[in-house]
Amino acid sequence: MAYDNAEQLEEFRLETRKWLEANCPPSMRTPMVDDEVVWGGRNATFKNPDSKLWLDRMAEKGWTAPEWPKEYGGGGLSRAEARVLEQEMRRIKARAPLFSFGLWMFGPALLEFGNHEQKLRFIPDIVKGKIRWCQGYSEPGAGSDLAGLQTRCEDKGDHYLINGQKVWTSYADKADWIFCLVRTDTSTKHEGISFILFDMKSPGVEARPIQLISGESPFCETFFTDVKVPKDQLVGRLNGGWEIAKRLLQFERSSISSSGFGGTGSLSPEEYAKQLIGTDESGRLLDGDLRGRLADHRMYAKAFALTVQRQTEQAKAGQAVGHTASILKYGAAKMNQDRHELLIEALGTEGLGWAGEGFDKGALRVTRQWLRSKGNSIEGGTSEINLNVIAKRVLGLKDHQ
Amino acid sequence: MSFVLTEDQEMLRETAMAFARDELSVNHLRALRDAGANGKDAKTRQKLAELGFFGVIIPDEPGAETFGLTGLGQILEAQGRTLAATPLLQTALIAASAFQLGGSPAQQAEWLPKIAAGEVTFALALDESAHFSPYSVSTEAERNGQGYTINGMKKYVPDAHHADMLIVVARTFGSSGDRHGLSLFLVPANAKGVTISELKTVDSHGAAHVTFDDVMVVESALIGPADQGADILDPVLDRAAIGLAAEMLGSAQAAFDMTLEYLNNRKQFGQLIGSFQSLQHRAAKMFVELEMTRSCVAAALSAADDGKTDLAELASLAKAKAGELVHLVSNECVQMHGGIGMTDAAEPGFYMKRARVQEALYGSASWHRDRYARLAGF
Repeated sequence: MAYDNAEQLEEFRLETRKWLEANCPPSMRTPMVDDEVVWGGRNATFKNPDSKLWLDRMAEKGWTAPEWPKEYGGGGLSRAEARVLEQEMRRIKARAPLFSFGLWMFGPALLEFGNHEQKLRFIPDIVKGKIRWCQGYSEPGAGSDLAGLQTRCEDKGDHYLINGQKVWTSYADKADWIFCLVRTDTSTKHEGISFILFDMKSPGVEARPIQLISGESPFCETFFTDVKVPKDQLVGRLNGGWEIAKRLLQFERSSISSSGFGGTGSLSPEEYAKQLIGTDESGRLLDGDLRGRLADHRMYAKAFALTVQRQTEQAKAGQAVGHTASILKYGAAKMNQDRHELLIEALGTEGLGWAGEGFDKGALRVTRQWLRSKGNSIEGGTSEINLNVIAKRVLGLKDHQ
Repeated sequence: MSFVLTEDQEMLRETAMAFARDELSVNHLRALRDAGANGKDAKTRQKLAELGFFGVIIPDEPGAETFGLTGLGQILEAQGRTLAATPLLQTALIAASAFQLGGSPAQQAEWLPKIAAGEVTFALALDESAHFSPYSVSTEAERNGQGYTINGMKKYVPDAHHADMLIVVARTFGSSGDRHGLSLFLVPANAKGVTISELKTVDSHGAAHVTFDDVMVVESALIGPADQGADILDPVLDRAAIGLAAEMLGSAQAAFDMTLEYLNNRKQFGQLIGSFQSLQHRAAKMFVELEMTRSCVAAALSAADDGKTDLAELASLAKAKAGELVHLVSNECVQMHGGIGMTDAAEPGFYMKRARVQEALYGSASWHRDRYARLAGF
């Protein structure tokens, strides 16, 4: 269905509005709660039964991936229609039906680099939330220097054999399949990497959760011992994985920064500061130094939001916007970390609880999020690596000769 | 709000960029400085008039389309790139806005066409201390038989040393610090009792202290109602801050481009200095700040054209971000140029000197942060 004029787009808006009105359960129009997030997969859990209903209805229309092609189960919408859908969902405060690395990172890359059979096999299950994917990138010896990865993948004639270790694999213990970078040629660096897919239930795969400073365990160490992988699960060409890996990182950085690392739902640092430090008769925060830094942060956040908006608009108008993913990833990490440092500072000792009674529940959540935010400048490319990318690819500064 | 220029605005931008590059280079400013011109440049004023740059926000006939403040912002950004001293901010932006927002039909009919034609230039005489504080006005305008008598002193008034007319903020009621009781007066720079003391300033643009000693003006010299001048002054100052922020963005961008070129040419230890990571990261961080400030300036210009209610907030955002940016970039420009950056023969020093003036006028970053916090309720 092509809507090439404003009138047809308006018609689409009305249809969409009607459909959402009829199909989005009321409890899915309330702010998201942490334990009701739907990640899908074989062992998907739905704490709120409405969230399953909502996912199934949206997936049926392909609207979990509105712009993906219809033949692979996507919504087949144009950019303009997808925006309308987004606006209409926002209008009724509808929750995202599905959180998924498949939707945000792997799917877009597979649509670009996979063959037809691979897309038919994997994309529909991403759209429906039936298979949960994890990302096998970092290794103990390959963090910022990702291309230094060592996980071996050997050609055994009718299959590949994988041996090695990944680390910081998000939710590897909960995922069904992995998209994984492996070394298929040890004689070169970037040109010896391949991009391969396999089932986490394959014999020889083990995932061990890592406990973080925040007390949570979203990441795993993942071990591969003689894991057999069918040959048709290699994406792109043998030794051609680095190009896919980089493209996927762009999707990852964009999805991280457009989420701004996720709304926290807590009060703003200004609100906590007003409550816990107090104001003078004109409403000014009593701590003048903190007040200045809060204003500075608020401005940074506004400037960041305007920059996302500007780049979106300029891209839409067909203007070159350069290598923006790294700029936004760098800015989003700084912004989220500053915000949480200010929250903790404004909360004072109220922000230094760990669990149990005696502390405000929201404040306890802030404390954990503050600790978690320290990873923002590390995951998905450290801030230093993003600065390297800006310096070299955007500004054209040279390497040592 | 739009972040994408119209075709007409885009053409205006290109014209302004080419004009600044070809005719108003930093060397032009240097030559004026060395000739002792102190920012006075009649030839450039004439060329700006020919290009129509004075009339960018003034409709040819009532209700007609203009390039808007967004259009004027492109010109100011262009002149910021080369640090050009022009009357555009004071005349084409501030004076035109004051008449548009507060002038009587007769004042508009008299002055707007003259401004558009480049026939008259203005200077806003506001500050009385070394720090921007728009309601701290002690200059008095006392009622007399036919009009008002003005007495007082204004400090560091940009363009006052070559403007034809002054817009004077004076107090007709209350005391310094009160918002109520301010009034705006139109005073010829050569009126009896006006003394213009020209100042040699660090940026070579010049400025003047202005004293008013029993200066008599008629009733019709009042812009807007008496005592309620702040209702005109506030939005005019927001526009001035936004226009100046656009100029600062241009200055910062040019200083950054110059620095980048130096990093890509200068060798030490047998290596381009731009290949050293400590410099790469500082350059990358400046670039992120540049991109963010560009968004803020564009949003503020566009909000002024759309008549948005959050203009004050966006004006403070743009001026504060531009102030921090131009401060950082001008300092890094000197530092990364090394010893060359300390010489008068090179350009980095010009950018740093002008940056400090830009930062101070119409509210420092710290002044605007304070206002931003106040507007946000904390």
